[in-house]
Amino acid sequence: MIRNVLIAGLVALLGVAFWTLAAGYVPDAELNRTAAYYAANAQTDVGAPNIVTGIIVTWRGLDTLGEVTVLFLTSAIIALVLAQSKTPPGASGAGFLPSGELLTTGSRMLLPLITLLGAYVIMNGHLTPGGGFQGGAILASGVLLMLLADPSHRFAHSVIARVESISGLAYVLVGLAGMALAGGFLDNGILPLGRFGAMLSAGAIPLISVLIGLKVGAEFSSILESLEETEDA
Amino acid sequence: MSTVLLGLGLVVGLAMVGAAALALVTRSTVTAVLAAGLVSLLASVLFVVLAAPDVAMTEAAIGSGLTTFLFFFVMGRIRREGAK
Repeated sequence: MIRNVLIAGLVALLGVAFWTLAAGYVPDAELNRTAAYYAANAQTDVGAPNIVTGIIVTWRGLDTLGEVTVLFLTSAIIALVLAQSKTPPGASGAGFLPSGELLTTGSRMLLPLITLLGAYVIMNGHLTPGGGFQGGAILASGVLLMLLADPSHRFAHSVIARVESISGLAYVLVGLAGMALAGGFLDNGILPLGRFGAMLSAGAIPLISVLIGLKVGAEFSSILESLEETEDA
Repeated sequence: MSTVLLGLGLVVGLAMVGAAALALVTRSTVTAVLAAGLVSLLASVLFVVLAAPDVAMTEAAIGSGLTTFLFFFVMGRIRREGAK
């Protein structure tokens, strides 16, 4: 009883804290200085119609590299912890509950569409909402569907690991090339800006999006498959 | 923000609180996982209403897609190993 009253009191306190935050919120009448700079110079500086991607990939590119690195560390640690308990390779199918007919057939139809959507989101990141991170997560959800439909299926670990490390290395190299040839680390001016709004425009942003997408997709996939392919002894 | 969008945001927000409460009080693990996924899905709708489609995509793909299925994945593994 006392425990429940305490919990209710704490939740009410949290609610009051959020309420004061929300009640005191007044929307800005105009953009602040940084946002105004981004909004005014997105077309001339990065050439991306989607300003959000311009900020994430170019102006704040280092933060994105940090995010991708955090995700890499997570997947590496999960693989390290679970590597102690690998399923023997011959044991495929034995201990697994079969997935339903509905899931198997549905995944066959949906998987190409999900992969296509992921590629679309990655390639159009600088034009429409989306980008490397979102597209990579969509690709990984395709891999997840494949794992759910056929739990005994084995993936080529070395391919996923290689895609992951090559795209990460290329991402850093593109960033360094920006330092050598253009305005700074991860500057997208190493390639011509092109026509505003075209598919291959905005300098290096499509290239960086593809690299981020491959890296994020490979990282999420390796987390999922190390969860799937291990078993407690 | 127009009245329609404000009303939609209010409905989605209330539904999120309801789904979160359901995830807390229910006895069934499957229902709790699905309700937690519903909170993420409604949050992504709310992000679209608030004109942040980039965040909404991330939330829908990771929050409601990958996380929810990760729970089912782990639940299946627990069931598999409990049956041994």
